[in-house]
Amino acid sequence: MTAMLTAGLGLKPQHYDAALACPADGLWYEVHPENYLVRGGPRIAWLEAIRARHPISLHGVALSLAADAEPDGEHLARLAALAHRIEPALISEHLAWSTWRGAYHPDLLPFPRTRETLARVADNVARAQDTLERRIAIENPAHYLDIDGHAWDEIDFLAELARRTGCGLLLDVNNVYVGARNLGYPAEAYIDAFPAGPVMEIHLAGHTPDPNLGQALLIDSHDAPVSPEVWALYARLIRRIGPRPTLIERDDNLPDFATLLAERDTAHALLRQPLAQAA
Amino acid sequence: MIGALTRFQDGFARALLVPDPVAAGLAPEIAALVRQPGFAVYRNTVMKGCIDALQANYPSIARLVGEEWFRTAAAIFVRERTPALPTLAYYGEGFAEFLARFQPAAELPYLPGVARLDRFWTEAHAERDEAPLDPAAIASLAPEALARTVLHPHAAARWAWFADQPIYTIWQRNRTAIEEDGEIDWRGEGALLARPLGAIKWMQLDAAGCALLDGCAAGRPLAEAAAAALEVKGNTDLERLMASLLEAGAFGRISRLDDDTPGENDS
Repeated sequence: MTAMLTAGLGLKPQHYDAALACPADGLWYEVHPENYLVRGGPRIAWLEAIRARHPISLHGVALSLAADAEPDGEHLARLAALAHRIEPALISEHLAWSTWRGAYHPDLLPFPRTRETLARVADNVARAQDTLERRIAIENPAHYLDIDGHAWDEIDFLAELARRTGCGLLLDVNNVYVGARNLGYPAEAYIDAFPAGPVMEIHLAGHTPDPNLGQALLIDSHDAPVSPEVWALYARLIRRIGPRPTLIERDDNLPDFATLLAERDTAHALLRQPLAQAA
Repeated sequence: MIGALTRFQDGFARALLVPDPVAAGLAPEIAALVRQPGFAVYRNTVMKGCIDALQANYPSIARLVGEEWFRTAAAIFVRERTPALPTLAYYGEGFAEFLARFQPAAELPYLPGVARLDRFWTEAHAERDEAPLDPAAIASLAPEALARTVLHPHAAARWAWFADQPIYTIWQRNRTAIEEDGEIDWRGEGALLARPLGAIKWMQLDAAGCALLDGCAAGRPLAEAAAAALEVKGNTDLERLMASLLEAGAFGRISRLDDDTPGENDS
C-alpha cells in the first residue's frame, strides 16, 4: 500500500479546490467510480488531477454482485479501464444488488442469504476480481427489512465469501448501527464478531430518523455528522483489530470542507493512537 | 426453472417502481416485505436517486416549469425509462421526446427543444476528448484543396436548428439562470454547443450554419457542405460563418475526400 492511509473523505465536486490543495497527513479520497465512467471531459480530468496528489479509493455501487446474474461485462470492463487509469489504493463494492434485467436501481438492495445466493455472490466477486486483477473489499449494507428465509447470519456469510474468493471486507460501522437498531440486534456483538483479518477499510457516516417513524426506523442518510454511538463502536473496533483506512462518508446536506476535515481528523487521531497501533 | 433469487429480485424490482405496490398483486413473500415500514426507504431512495439525476441533467426544464411540476413529471418518466446505466450523469436520454408527448406539457411547446439543448450539454460534457481543429491547418490550403477537404465536427460538438421557436434564447436564459425578462423575438433559432478544451461553450447558430455542420458530419467535402448552407440561406457570409465555427471549436480532425481513411491527416 502507499504511504499509510489513515482517514479519508468522500470527494465532492463542491470541495474540489480545497480537497486538491489539502496537505493533511494520511488523507485520501473516495469516489463512486460510476460517476467517472465517461468518455472524457472535465469530470475525469478533475479526478486525475486529484489522483496526481492524493490516493484514491473506488467505491462501486453498481456491480450488483448479489443479483442472480453475472455482473454486466461492459460495466466491469469500463470499471477495469478506470482502475487502470487511476491506479486506486482500494476498490470496494457492496453485498447487495442494484442492476437487474438491464435496469439500474440507485440503491443497495437486500436479498435472502442462502447457500444458493452465497454461491452466486462468490462467483460474481471472483469474476470481478479476475477482471480487475486485484482483491476488492465487500461492504455490509444497511438494513431496513426483516427478510424471511435468511439461512446465514450476515457475518458468517461475509466471512465465508472472503474465504472462498479471497476478497477483503469493508466494515461500515454506521450500517451496523442502523441495521441493529432497525432489526433489533446488538451492534456491539456484531462489531466484536466481525472477522478482523479481511477488513481492508472502514466506513463511518451519519444517519437520520425516518421523517414519519422517528427513532423506530433509522436511515443511512449520509447527511449528518457521525453520531456519538457510531464513534464509540468505531473506537471499540479499532482497539480490537488495529488501524484500517477509514472513510467519513457525507453525500447530502454538505458542510464546508474544513468541517468535514475536522471530522476526519477525529478518525485520523484515533488511528494514530498507540493503542490502535499496537493491536 | 427460475431460481428463488431470480424470483425474489423480479418481485422486489417491480415493487420498487409500481405506483401502488400494495395493490400490485405481488407474490406473498414480496407483499410481506412491502408491508414493512422499511420498504418505503428503498422505494424512496430509488425514486429520489433517479429524479435527482434527471433534475441535475435538465436544469433549464426544472427552472422553466418549477421544481414541483418537474419532479411529478420526472416520476412518470422514471417509471417508463428506469436508468439502464449506473452512470447517472448520462441519465435522461429520451426526456425531450417524452415531454413532446406528455399531455400536461402541451401548452409549453418549447420544452422539448429546450430539453434537447440540456441533453446536448450532458453529452458534450462527458464526450471523449479531442484536440480542436487549428485554423492554421486549413489556412495554408489552396482554395481548391480546401474545397475538397472534409472538416469533421469535433467529438463534443452538438447543434440543432429549431425552425419555429427561439429555443436558443429560452434555453440560455434558463441554463444560466439569468434574470432577464426582456421580450423574446418569436422566431426560429439554432444552437451550437461545443467543448473544444475544458469548458462547454455555446453560441447561436442559424439554419445555414446548422446545414453546413450537417454536411460536414455526413462526411461531405467543405465545398458541398457550404453549398448546402447557401441553399438554406443564399446571403450567408461563408467566411464569417467558418471563422465563428472555428472559433467555437466546432471542428476536430480533417481529411481529404480522395483519401478519406479515418485517422489519416488528423489535425
